[in-house]
Amino acid sequence: MTGKLGLDPALVGRARELARRAGQPVVDLARSHTTVSVERAVLRLAGVSGADPDGIPWVNRLVDAVVADVGLGHGVAVPVFDALAREGVSDVTLLAQKAAAGSVRFAVPSGRAATAARRAARRAVAAGVRRIDRRRAERDRLVRRFGDPAQRPWIYLIVATGDIYEDIPQAQAAARAGADVIAVIRSTGQSLLDYVPEGATREGFAGTYATQENFRLMRAALDSSSRELGRYVRLTNYASGLCMPEMATLAGLERLDMMLNDSMYGILFRDINPIRTFVDQRFSRQVHARAGIVINTGEDNYLTTADAVDEAHTVTVSQLLNEFFAHEAGLADWQLGLGHAFEINPDVPESLRLELAHALLARELFPDAPLKWMPPTKHMTGDVFRGNLLDGFFNLVGAMTGQGILLVGMMTEAVVTPWLSDRDIALQNVRYVLGAAGGLHEDFVPASGGFIQQRARRVLGEAVDLLERIGDQSLLTAIAEGTFGIMKRPADRGKGLDGVARHEGDYYNPATEILEQPA
Amino acid sequence: MNERTERSEGMPGQRGVSGKTVVRPYGDTTGDGMVQVSFTLPVPHDKRAEGAAVQLANKMGLDPAMLVHARQMGDGFTFFVVYGRVNHLVDLAKVQVVERDYPLLSAKEVNAVVKRRLRRKLSVVGACIGTDAHTVGIDAILNVKGIAGEKGLEYYRELKVTNLGAQVSVPELVEAARRERADAVLVSQVVTQRDAHLHNTREMSAAFREAMPAGRRPLLIVGGPRFDESMTGELGVDRIFGRGTTPGEVASYLVHALITSRKASVA
Repeated sequence: MTGKLGLDPALVGRARELARRAGQPVVDLARSHTTVSVERAVLRLAGVSGADPDGIPWVNRLVDAVVADVGLGHGVAVPVFDALAREGVSDVTLLAQKAAAGSVRFAVPSGRAATAARRAARRAVAAGVRRIDRRRAERDRLVRRFGDPAQRPWIYLIVATGDIYEDIPQAQAAARAGADVIAVIRSTGQSLLDYVPEGATREGFAGTYATQENFRLMRAALDSSSRELGRYVRLTNYASGLCMPEMATLAGLERLDMMLNDSMYGILFRDINPIRTFVDQRFSRQVHARAGIVINTGEDNYLTTADAVDEAHTVTVSQLLNEFFAHEAGLADWQLGLGHAFEINPDVPESLRLELAHALLARELFPDAPLKWMPPTKHMTGDVFRGNLLDGFFNLVGAMTGQGILLVGMMTEAVVTPWLSDRDIALQNVRYVLGAAGGLHEDFVPASGGFIQQRARRVLGEAVDLLERIGDQSLLTAIAEGTFGIMKRPADRGKGLDGVARHEGDYYNPATEILEQPA
Repeated sequence: MNERTERSEGMPGQRGVSGKTVVRPYGDTTGDGMVQVSFTLPVPHDKRAEGAAVQLANKMGLDPAMLVHARQMGDGFTFFVVYGRVNHLVDLAKVQVVERDYPLLSAKEVNAVVKRRLRRKLSVVGACIGTDAHTVGIDAILNVKGIAGEKGLEYYRELKVTNLGAQVSVPELVEAARRERADAVLVSQVVTQRDAHLHNTREMSAAFREAMPAGRRPLLIVGGPRFDESMTGELGVDRIFGRGTTPGEVASYLVHALITSRKASVA
């Protein structure tokens, strides 16, 4: 019996072991497959940049050309660098342009040519990884110079106008008003684009396109805010959807600080093929690990479609799986912004005590992870007065349970995209609660054997039961049968399946090789 | 204070009950016309800003207007809360809304009607179309889980539900409707930026009109928090459901529109 909830350490250990057992077959699958997006990320690290006149990135054109000639299963690195040597071209982007014009043929070399191509590919990709390393060192330096936020949880605020040049002043205003982390919500639908748009963008739907240039512009703006405010303001985007590995890579190259990166979100909520997702996820997490990026997982989403009391244990199960996959990919505990949310129907009796039990359970299970605490959305009705009160309770639970990252709830959730005044009122709410009760987690110890302890133990028990059921039938089957968030997602369906290939015997990926080396 | 509250508490319902059709906003006394509004002006907070807020309130019909709160946000914006009396009257007789024009049935009753009168499962195809990825609405109506304690359409034994999920293209939707021999197509639209919900709905109804002859077309239903329920004609759909719609209302409407009202008009 340990901690504030008196959880049984043996049961906690059993939960982790079951998560490992459920997750390991998926890791094996991820290690034996590649995807077009993983290969495009490799090419981005090797220095391919820019897009054709139609806006299709050269990495897409190059991967498509390689796949047309030799398929995906060998990886694109060797065929590309073999062609580079044969054609006598020095620049990979130039090769992509030639390939797109149809003037280059790709082959899978053998013998000395293969060795040379591997060596050249590895050298080029290593240079890309070094750029990520330099950006990480730069972040460490800036954090030392400007400092971290004075308080925990860090205050996380969203901007989303669709226009990066409109987002920038809004993000800077939000930082000035107290935000420690700025998330730029992506344009609706970007997750299903099988390419990363290029350049600065000024039009989006309910969000702003994630592009390398937009990343760069926003990071530079927040660097100047950090200087002005004397604290390092972090930037968040999304490594999710069909281009997850490339998003992670671009985030590393442009020194983003956090990325939304859930193990199952794309499968469940975007109907992306499960194998595609797990392969892409493993690579993207390896990149995040290297780049010193904190991932944010998406357990809050389950509770928006399923009942937050009945399905509370699915959040715990998903957190345990996310933790297993993250550790396997090399992420450290401080990089695990495991998600959970305040989504219990406020009309349920004792809803606040239930919320406290669930939030504290996550805190106790993952003591060294920052944990991302997500505000109510499902029971925001348009009654902004009640919504503001609900957000106040949400903030209070965050303070009482020592959450690491607090996404600021808007009382106009489900009504409008937040107005300036909505954001100001929401931040006042957070500041009041953290100012009045920020240290309450030190005093808050639930009564031994009381309601909160019992509830937390019950949720953990149900999570273990579910993991045991998954253990018997494999995670892919569980997903296919709708265990998480009710959606049924079979492994042979979903978007992006045609971009998945099993490794051939000679598959080579210099990025994975470098990222898997012990540092 | 208490006395006044108590006295006025008995009053508000009476007007409606007594058949009066003209009402005013109600603060704490019948006929006081009091309302509360909040807004932001792009000016720093000073005396002049407060004057500007009162001027706006006056133009909105608040007279007298009481500025009760002003707070500067950032450099050049101020948020105001204003209470005041409006002189406008509301004529209930002239209010136009889409009233529910079908009986509300239980899941059991819906199943019974479909079984007895249709003698096959009623096929429903649902989707979020366009770039809209917010499946919350369609899932609330279709998923077994439902919403607010009410089970979704998948729970109805006599309904065959195909939920295509998010970001479905219009051609995909038409094809699925054909394949599933859909009696009704349900489309959910949450994203409203640049009126995307209206454009998408028009595109969808036009595609169905083009693809299928009038008698063979499924019932087209669209739902979302920002729709005006009276725009059916303009959008080319049979029914629009706004915020707060429950699965039971949708199921009852389906039975009404596809079975009970049709058979009745034949008979």
